[in-house]
Amino acid sequence: MTTLEYGPLDDGPLEYAPAPEARSIVAIRPSYDLFIDGEFTEAKSEERIVTVNPADEQPLAEVAAAGEADVDRAFTAARRAYEGVWSRLPGAERGKYLFRIARIIQERARELAVLESLDNGKPIKETRDVDVPLAAAHFFYHAGWADKLAHAGLGPSPRPLGVVAQVIPWNFPLLMLAWKIAPALACGNTVVLKPAETTPLTALVFAEICQEADLPPGVVNIVTGAGDTGRAVVAHPEADKIAFTGSTEVGREIARAVAGTGRRLTLELGGKGANIVYDDAPLDQAVEGIVTGIFFNQGHVCCAGSRLLVQESLAEELLPRLRARIERLRLGDPLDKNTDIGAINSAAQLARIRELAEAGANEGAEPWSPACAIPERGYWYPPTVFTGVAQSHRIAREEIFGPVLSVLTFRTPEEAVTKANNTPYGLSAGVWTEKGSRMLWTAARLRAGVVWCNTFNQFDPASPFGGYKESGYGREGGRHGLEAYLG
Amino acid sequence: MADTPARIAVRRTYKLYIGGAFPRSESGRSYPVTSSRGTHLANAARASRKDVRDAVVAARKAFPGWSGRTAYNRGQILYRVAEMMEGRRAQFAAEVMAAEGIGRPRADAVVSAAIDRWVYYAGWADKITHVLGGANPVSGPYLNLSEPEPTGVVGVLAPAGSPLLGLVSVLAPVITTGNTAVVLADEHAPLPAITLAEALATSDLPPGVANILTGHLTELAPPLAAHADVNALDLTGAGDLSRALEESAAGTLKRVLRPGPADWTDPDPGTARMRPFLEIKTVWHPTGT
Amino acid sequence: MPDTVPGSLRAYLHGLPGVDEVGVRRRAADLATRSVKTTAKARAIDLAIRMVDLTTLEGADTPGKVRAMAAKAVRPDPADPTAPPVAAVCVYPDMAAVAAQALAGTEVAVASVATGFPAGRTPLEVKLADTRAAVAAGATEIDMVIDRGAFLAGDYGKVFEEIAAVKEACGEAHLKVILETGELACYDNVRRASWLALHAGADFIKTSTGKVTPAATPPITLIMLEAVRDYRALTGRQAGVKPAGGIRTTKDAIRYLVLVNEVAGPDWLSPAHFRLGASTLLNDLLMQRAKLATGHYGGPDYYTLD
Repeated sequence: MTTLEYGPLDDGPLEYAPAPEARSIVAIRPSYDLFIDGEFTEAKSEERIVTVNPADEQPLAEVAAAGEADVDRAFTAARRAYEGVWSRLPGAERGKYLFRIARIIQERARELAVLESLDNGKPIKETRDVDVPLAAAHFFYHAGWADKLAHAGLGPSPRPLGVVAQVIPWNFPLLMLAWKIAPALACGNTVVLKPAETTPLTALVFAEICQEADLPPGVVNIVTGAGDTGRAVVAHPEADKIAFTGSTEVGREIARAVAGTGRRLTLELGGKGANIVYDDAPLDQAVEGIVTGIFFNQGHVCCAGSRLLVQESLAEELLPRLRARIERLRLGDPLDKNTDIGAINSAAQLARIRELAEAGANEGAEPWSPACAIPERGYWYPPTVFTGVAQSHRIAREEIFGPVLSVLTFRTPEEAVTKANNTPYGLSAGVWTEKGSRMLWTAARLRAGVVWCNTFNQFDPASPFGGYKESGYGREGGRHGLEAYLG
Repeated sequence: MADTPARIAVRRTYKLYIGGAFPRSESGRSYPVTSSRGTHLANAARASRKDVRDAVVAARKAFPGWSGRTAYNRGQILYRVAEMMEGRRAQFAAEVMAAEGIGRPRADAVVSAAIDRWVYYAGWADKITHVLGGANPVSGPYLNLSEPEPTGVVGVLAPAGSPLLGLVSVLAPVITTGNTAVVLADEHAPLPAITLAEALATSDLPPGVANILTGHLTELAPPLAAHADVNALDLTGAGDLSRALEESAAGTLKRVLRPGPADWTDPDPGTARMRPFLEIKTVWHPTGT
Repeated sequence: MPDTVPGSLRAYLHGLPGVDEVGVRRRAADLATRSVKTTAKARAIDLAIRMVDLTTLEGADTPGKVRAMAAKAVRPDPADPTAPPVAAVCVYPDMAAVAAQALAGTEVAVASVATGFPAGRTPLEVKLADTRAAVAAGATEIDMVIDRGAFLAGDYGKVFEEIAAVKEACGEAHLKVILETGELACYDNVRRASWLALHAGADFIKTSTGKVTPAATPPITLIMLEAVRDYRALTGRQAGVKPAGGIRTTKDAIRYLVLVNEVAGPDWLSPAHFRLGASTLLNDLLMQRAKLATGHYGGPDYYTLD
């Protein structure tokens, strides 16, 4: 019997060997067409965009950049499907299509997870355990609503709006698609959806899933492209409703464009979430929640807890624990099952993160990052914590959308709430305390659409999500989310 | 014997209602208000951009206190407004007759409907959370609750042509849920709005919860729509300005209720005028030992 | 220190940060997804074998059974001399002498449970006599049980005094304090009991007797690892952790090593500071070890059942 060389029985850190998820489960085509009227169809526009793997900068595939004529075809198909089939189908039957889609997402879960990690750069453990299962859950949840809309509290006979234009971001490509398409379809609308320029691939696999589910042609249309395509989609006169998730800047543009048209609009925009830690917090779980709050998905999360507000009497105890915890984070190959921090999605986003982090340092805040090896190729940014941050610093006010945490302190609950609310945004907030009455007092005063108490970054299809103030309007998920797609 | 001289009536001065006080316009201007038949009725204060600013400041200042009151208490105060109006029926009816050119019986009906509208929305104050809130069945060991909360300061463009009932129908749903309001009254028939303000001022409504401005819409609406400290707009009375105001509102992503068909006589308008000015807040908490 | 002011022990223990159950379970579940493969797995398996306290605590234990287990402890895989010995053999006090004799001259330690194991419902004098007897019989490690009744009644002073007294009775022997977390009702109590035992002098804190369900779980072990980590930061003294009971597979064992690595840190990745109280686990570790070496799966018939 042969034995492996075990070497001396030395003690020391447990090095995890590379544990990459097999890439072979995904067959990426060199080139993708648009998905219109149930078919993959060549774009009239000759423009193409290349989507790259942000972890190594290698091209993954070329996709069509839909022009106005292509967008027009998509809306024509969507209108025809709405009038001819989808709006006439009983809710129970619509629901069955959604159930089918949910099942196929589950069946192809590993493929979707690997593809998402390749295209987006996020760790496989997140795509595998969060993005893809939640996407399936959104279809399951909304499938059951399709024949029960009269019970949603929006009137006895709510009606679909018609054709819905949807534009989604790159941070949760498949999950944001599910957040948009599942309620729209359940409520009886048809859809023209534009995935983000840098992450179109899972949406195109979703198009295949629609075919596999025998979804009637034209009910879902996917038009890939960049900003121009997005503008054409939201400005199209056939759109009865527009749903957008993305930056507050673009959200403003869309709101201006929609003004006076009478078309319905919901917006999920940016955030600068405050994570408030009182000195009686469950300390170790708070440290976890801070880490989850800002480093989940490399901080590419609109509801990230990017401002840590820690009670001054706890700061000295908390911060070393936080640093020690961050030192354990594993940055690297998104396909490695042990990776906690993946790649930044694009060169442009990396530049934005760098710019803001430099501004933070220049304004006098102190940056800290763990010693972690950064891969040579690809877009990476180490987990970073700024201390000594003042409310006036750019890193305390502007959304960084990256793994950068700004730490501020407070003395009293009133001060915590005042600082937390001192932002034009109002998407999310966190509260950490073991004292129930203080938790409820704080949660009631935070001007934010989602408040996580003793937890952070939890999502569920039954739980409405959306912001106050410049974080947008409308809710997605739950009974409240249906309102966005019913008239 | 000298004749007893005829008594000279004491005329009312119509002023603005800002932060619980009745100032003249900061600009010192006024404009003539005529009846539907063209008779001069009074001069109304012509509010300026600065009055808009002051009204927004007053509304913002009042917001934490008003939204922090119990819904029960807000309901009681709205009911008190109905009581105060009931005591001034004759005055309201006379103003409605003059403004709308209708006879006494119809004016009485309008005043009754306006009073009943306060009673209607008073009752909603502590019901709306039942209807729009609730527990969400998330798949995990968490309590997950959604509740409606007031969005903040709401700019309300009262409808033209229904200076009392229309005004009450847009103001009451905004403030019953805890918002504070800056109202631009019907430009051509502003007098009932100021009389309403006098009723509001004597009905325990905290200063700044409702602020009422009279003047030219073209002058007042744009700064209100662009004001960054206004959270939402009810454009019911915006008329031709609607598109420009909505565009302007986009600058700070205000919630906008667009003008639509309105039947002010419907005794049960439902939640449609409350929902646009509410935010759904969802709170998560783990359940464990 | 918690025992300088009357009544301060309670204030101290109840002043420790709370533990959120959902959060700690989530963290443990997250760490359970760590994938340890190939060379890392090989190293982890050998480390796990070296951390095993091979245990028999049955009423039916006999000298023969203990001798056979001792032999296995020293040379776990007769077919493969590179398989390392386990850390210790763990027996009842009356078997300590047998184990000591069988293990004389080896690097495997003799651990004995004591203090009226497993319920601990004997007078303190009996507990101390039990301890002294085990040490006299050759045990170099004592696994005591705390008085859970006293703990749950809030009589922390009694629990503290007992641990301190047993520690004294141990002399040179190492003291592992069994909290019996399955009877402590909540995670906050696991943290409190951990700190109580550490301040009272425990060299190790141990989850369970193995006689109560649930025994060791990853979240409970995680909380205890946080306690020894923070206790060292506070006092400079590094104590160990021993999950015991219910750890049966290599996968389980490696998950515990991941917890040690990421919660307490690499300093605890040694038999001096982390043990696995188990019996059937050893064979699974050996089978997995052979699988890595030979490339094919073995079967139970190829591993001794002692």
